[in-house]
Amino acid sequence: MEVTLKVFRFNPDVDKKWRYETYKLEADPTDRVLDLLERVKGYTDGSLAFRRSCAHGVCGSDALRINGKNSLACKALVRDYGEKITVEPIMGLKVIKDLIVDMKPFFDNYKKILPFFINDSPLPADGKERRQSIEQRERFDDTTKCILCACCTTSCPSFWASDDYLGPAAMVTAHRFIFDSRDESASERLHILSETSGIARCHTVFNCTMACPREIQITKAIGELKLAMVTGNLE
Amino acid sequence: MTQNHQFEVVVVGAGGAGLMAGLYASKTAKTAVISKLYPTRSHTGAAQGGISAALGNLEEDRVEWHTYDSVKGSDYLGDQDSIEFMCQEAPQAILELEHMGLPFDRTPEGKISQRPFGGHTNNVTGKPVRRAAHAADRTGHMILQTLYQQCLKNNVNFYDEFQVLDLLTKDGKACGVVAVELATGELHVFHAKAVIFATGGHGRMWEITSNAYAYTGDGAAITFRRGIPLEDMEFFQFHPTGIYKLGILITEGVRGEGGILINGKGERFMPKYAPTVKDLASRDVISRAIYMEIREGRGVNGSNYIYLDVRPEVVNKFAALDGRTNPDGSPIKVTAEELLHKLPDIVDFNRVYLGIDPMTQPMPIQPTAHYTMGGIPTNRYGQVVVDDQGTIYPGLYAAGEVACVSIHGANRLGTNSLLDLVVFGKYSGLKAAEYAKSADFTPLPNDPTAFASQQFDALRNGDGKENAFDIGRELKKVMFDDVGVFRIEEGMKNALTKLAELRERFKHVRVNDSGKTFNTELLNAWELGNLLELAEVVATCALNRKESRGGHAREDYSKRDDANWLKHTLITRKNGKLEISYKPVVITKYQPKERVY
Repeated sequence: MEVTLKVFRFNPDVDKKWRYETYKLEADPTDRVLDLLERVKGYTDGSLAFRRSCAHGVCGSDALRINGKNSLACKALVRDYGEKITVEPIMGLKVIKDLIVDMKPFFDNYKKILPFFINDSPLPADGKERRQSIEQRERFDDTTKCILCACCTTSCPSFWASDDYLGPAAMVTAHRFIFDSRDESASERLHILSETSGIARCHTVFNCTMACPREIQITKAIGELKLAMVTGNLE
Repeated sequence: MTQNHQFEVVVVGAGGAGLMAGLYASKTAKTAVISKLYPTRSHTGAAQGGISAALGNLEEDRVEWHTYDSVKGSDYLGDQDSIEFMCQEAPQAILELEHMGLPFDRTPEGKISQRPFGGHTNNVTGKPVRRAAHAADRTGHMILQTLYQQCLKNNVNFYDEFQVLDLLTKDGKACGVVAVELATGELHVFHAKAVIFATGGHGRMWEITSNAYAYTGDGAAITFRRGIPLEDMEFFQFHPTGIYKLGILITEGVRGEGGILINGKGERFMPKYAPTVKDLASRDVISRAIYMEIREGRGVNGSNYIYLDVRPEVVNKFAALDGRTNPDGSPIKVTAEELLHKLPDIVDFNRVYLGIDPMTQPMPIQPTAHYTMGGIPTNRYGQVVVDDQGTIYPGLYAAGEVACVSIHGANRLGTNSLLDLVVFGKYSGLKAAEYAKSADFTPLPNDPTAFASQQFDALRNGDGKENAFDIGRELKKVMFDDVGVFRIEEGMKNALTKLAELRERFKHVRVNDSGKTFNTELLNAWELGNLLELAEVVATCALNRKESRGGHAREDYSKRDDANWLKHTLITRKNGKLEISYKPVVITKYQPKERVY
């Protein structure tokens, strides 16, 4: 099939203003949108810039806005988008070049939430693992899937309004630690979530959940955080 | 404008090995971790099935069994003292990851859960043993996330999206690296006492590959250009189960959970090739078996793929036939729901890329380029050793897939890659920091960026008659066809001729993007140059080794030949010509014998 690929372009070294370029390509329905971008870069315009690495949806490099919806270009198949495909950078972060955005505000928000395991109590006397039941492990399984691609955060209107808002990805990470029975810093994280740039800015729009390429139930996770803040219950 | 930095230890690469090295080096030395990707994009994150240790959480297991299985898996080319060291370190390494918060799956008693994997056996009964500790089918993802998080907690200095281009040396010592900052195009000189390369493998030189775009052998190519040898480069692992045509990895954990390989006639064929452990034989054995089935016309629909079947009724049927049971002795009766829970990403890959549900349909698979066994020669402390005498190159270290300790010998055992990077990442970091405390800074060479700039200038100033994308495709095709699962002299000679042609054509490539901001065209062309450099090395070493061993299977020399070839290959380039020498394999307890699964 022939696909018309419309791509957002901006090269700060030469362009004063962004524009769209259109490319016509022969494609298989099972081609990834990433494959099309690679072909444009390889044969038509080498300067086209985008991030990518694993090409199968686990590294989180190639989050893009494809036909208006955030997705990973390596998990977006042509057959799911049809003959006209528009590719733009994810929104709410400054465009550096073409499809590459400045990820710094995203990672800064991630770092705010203490995104690491904290347990300063002594290890078990035998030096072995901290025990955790299958049920306790299951409690936070969904939020361990996050690959920090930013599909969720950059689909959130609250984040578009202000990039100091923690955003769903940071809250997914907070959930992963707060509901881990072995972690000891739930109250500190809940306090961070309660600050003005925190969880109160989530208006349950569900864009994040719709956008997540790992199918994490993000709105549900944020709901559980809200409940924990109100009740203090971490079950 | 070149920017200058000074650190005691510089780590290149931020996958599992680089993060572990950075974490440990930074405890006592001023350390920087430089990576061309954001650390969480590293390819460690794509590892699925597990990380092995003889924890014995579900049944009896012993460090000695893990050691022997790894030696046997390596087809006796792994150095046994280093393998012993790794397997001894393994239980503590995994507990340390747990203490860092890694969310392993759990047993009913709350311990770390373990599953069977290819080549992991009870050495008394010969039956598969549960040794692979796992977090669903995203164990590598959890290791990468956990180590990155711990680095953040410990304020490790990161230089994200900086591509290292050159190793700086003076007076026979490493003294830093040159890198380009991708966002600005500026060159940076990192002056260091110790440099650790942890840049991963070079699996992108094959057409069907499970490897990330980033896997272009940068570290190996950089050090090779600076005269550091490479070891055992003929050995590369083809994983038996990649998604047909795409190469995306389907973890061995699928077979660990009872999945079965089925040919086009609907037959389970592995018992013919590995009568005891069958579908859980070592990867090289299974990849060859799949090729044999296809070659003899038993591919699916006469095509070049077969099926991996993990439908619950199939799993239960063959578990009963094989006499496999649960740890408590009860018969195995899995449900789709349980399998889905243990293998969520595998189900997702199949749904997204093939539109099939592995719980109701078998998966079409073919062997896929997967893992670099060879690499920069090191000892068990990550110190780079440049000859057969164990001579250390001062200040230079390597760990993870880019290194060749040699743990994996001719064929890596599944799950030993994650173990390798945790154990040797740690020791290289500790050793480099220790060295940095005792050593002074070696002065930088004059004009430190000259060689890096020269490489970039060549790519900018070609006449543009050739297209880099085409050269890359032709490279991948010839390597997959002629230096793949099976090899023969004529094919490898053909590959070397073709590779020489491609290297010549590469000189005519011109990067059209003249900008400085995220010039990924320039970066990708430079990466292709690394692959071309290493492909010639791989093919040369493969042609040279006249035997079959592990991942190196020759049709014209189909037997292992211990009398002549029980030795490591070392290769260097001297005056433009590739030169091969050898070093002995360290054998402690396990004398080579025939390898039967």
